[in-house]
Amino acid sequence: MAGLTSLAAATTVGNPTLNISIFVIFVLVTLTVVIKVAGGKKTAEQYYTAGGAFSGRQNGIAIAGDYLSAASFLGIAGAIALQGMDGFLYSIGFLVAWLVALLLVAELMRNTGRFTMADVLAYRLKQRPIRIAVSVSVLCVSLFYLLAQMAGAGGLVSLLLGVSGEMAQNLVIAVVGVVMVTYVLIGGMKGTTWVQIIKAVLLITAAFVMTVWVLGKYGFSLSGLFDGAIETAKGSANAKTVAGADKLTHYGVKYGVTTTSKIDFISLALALVLGTAGLPHVLQRFYTVPTSKQARKSVEWAIWLIGGFYLLTLVIGFGAGALVGPDKISAAPGKANSAAPLLAYELGGSWMLGIVAGIAFATILAVVAGLTITASATFAHDLYKEVFKRGQSTQDQEVKVARYSAIAIGLVAIFGGMLAKSQNIAFLVALAFAVAASANLPTILYSLFWKGFNTKGALWSIYGGLISSIGLIIFSPVVSGKPAVATKLADGTSAMLSPSMFTNPDIDFHWFPLDNPGLISIPLAFFLGWLGSKLSKEHNAQKYAEMEVRSLTGHGVGPAVDH
Amino acid sequence: MSNHAPAEADDQYMAVQATPEFQALRKKFRGFVFPMTAFFLAWYFLYVLLSIFASDFMNKALFGKITIGLVFGLLQFVTTFAITFIYARWANRDLDPAADAVGATLDGQREH
Repeated sequence: MAGLTSLAAATTVGNPTLNISIFVIFVLVTLTVVIKVAGGKKTAEQYYTAGGAFSGRQNGIAIAGDYLSAASFLGIAGAIALQGMDGFLYSIGFLVAWLVALLLVAELMRNTGRFTMADVLAYRLKQRPIRIAVSVSVLCVSLFYLLAQMAGAGGLVSLLLGVSGEMAQNLVIAVVGVVMVTYVLIGGMKGTTWVQIIKAVLLITAAFVMTVWVLGKYGFSLSGLFDGAIETAKGSANAKTVAGADKLTHYGVKYGVTTTSKIDFISLALALVLGTAGLPHVLQRFYTVPTSKQARKSVEWAIWLIGGFYLLTLVIGFGAGALVGPDKISAAPGKANSAAPLLAYELGGSWMLGIVAGIAFATILAVVAGLTITASATFAHDLYKEVFKRGQSTQDQEVKVARYSAIAIGLVAIFGGMLAKSQNIAFLVALAFAVAASANLPTILYSLFWKGFNTKGALWSIYGGLISSIGLIIFSPVVSGKPAVATKLADGTSAMLSPSMFTNPDIDFHWFPLDNPGLISIPLAFFLGWLGSKLSKEHNAQKYAEMEVRSLTGHGVGPAVDH
Repeated sequence: MSNHAPAEADDQYMAVQATPEFQALRKKFRGFVFPMTAFFLAWYFLYVLLSIFASDFMNKALFGKITIGLVFGLLQFVTTFAITFIYARWANRDLDPAADAVGATLDGQREH
């Protein structure tokens, strides 16, 4: 087994050839499945939503596959390994958030929309301005989420393939992007869904095996595992920076330090719990089932699987803390994101690492493919068909535009991924959640539940939420101005760098104290939605009646009627 | 929307919306999901606020290294699973028949 010293010397663990082989096998198998299920030319309905032909259980597993992103697996495990219980908040927030989707959103959305999130929001409001606004916000949220996934790919690549050089890492990110676009182009929503189902099963199985393995090493005692993690942390070189290693199982290690960090924690918690039901690629999945009953069943399955998985990540996180240790994790390329793969190597050597790494790659591929489908549907259906062509385009044209957009989004993902390589991905995803909770969720809830909601309210809420959340992120410590810390560089030297996006500590234009904007931007978006609606007299009673009756009874939901 | 109903059908929706049956369905749905949402959000933020403002309490060990906070966190999982189960059972048994009944009157009217 590789000791600490050999690991510090080499930037790679395991056997790169093996890692690549397992990944290639996964790609080949899934690609075969995608080609098999794809079935030639597609209508818009098939391309975006697989014709609503999946069962609730299949869709529930696919939702888990879509949702258990690299952030969940790599990011949360890393956060728990290094920060202890403060990292656990991510798991809880990401899970509890599903109740918003279950109780308030999933079934009503399924009953009132067909292709995209904007279908529901534009239902009783003015089509063009709403579709434009929603498209902008869908694309922004998807972009943040994409960056997080691609950042995960970058870190993973450097760890597994031993490529610390910029060029080589970028090349692998490009390969991931190209494979993903291929899935989307060939398979549409149906192919992508199957990739997500396969990936969900593999990921949950792998996490389960690792959890049992870790617990087995500690006599199946959670308390024993915590003792182990604390012991390892005590022996760690940066024990003092973790503010007392014996506090690893305590709350408040990272966020309890100052009043600002405490408020930041609340802001993060709010964004996590309200973000899920505003994520476009999650909402899109509700259209892949035929009825609201199946949509309900999808969310039920998703909650069981996602909840179960997050319980496993708690053990995996502490397991990585105990068996790998904070020193190795912090020193590895990809840092916190490497905790889970490193634990796999510690447990089962090169083979286990190869399998877990292959699955982590698959995770990134599947999630990125889901995001790409959603974003390209928004481009083609909302912007091209409904806005530019005013509803007057053929299915063929629409699908063609969707495919071109998928390629364009793939390119953005590749270049974005190259730039975002070293960010913690759980954290980047949390920002995507904040934007989704601010720009999308208020409008979704208002249009489903509030009679007095209208176009002005929707536009104020969407743009207000979008601008405030992204604006506050730009002027937050995430982008600039965090105090510099000693950071190890790829060539082995050390430098004083800021953990902000601008690593140069001299660049500092932040004035917003919190990392996460949710606490301000989410209430603001709700308020603007209310205020805008109150200031406008627009009210379409007929459309409201139609939407409300259909949302609750499922009347009029069925296969496509416009052929 | 591509599947616009003709104008009379829109009025039918308004007629259905005004029926006591539909109002009862709406009340039934909201009467369940709104209090449930209020409950789980309050419960979640209790956990969040305690873990950040009462971390001494949350960090008290119950046995070994198992703290009150950990148990609190795991209880969030338990309640999430429980609410999912309760809602699904209620919706399948109570909500769906009521919704189908209202939906059926619409289908019936449309066939005239």
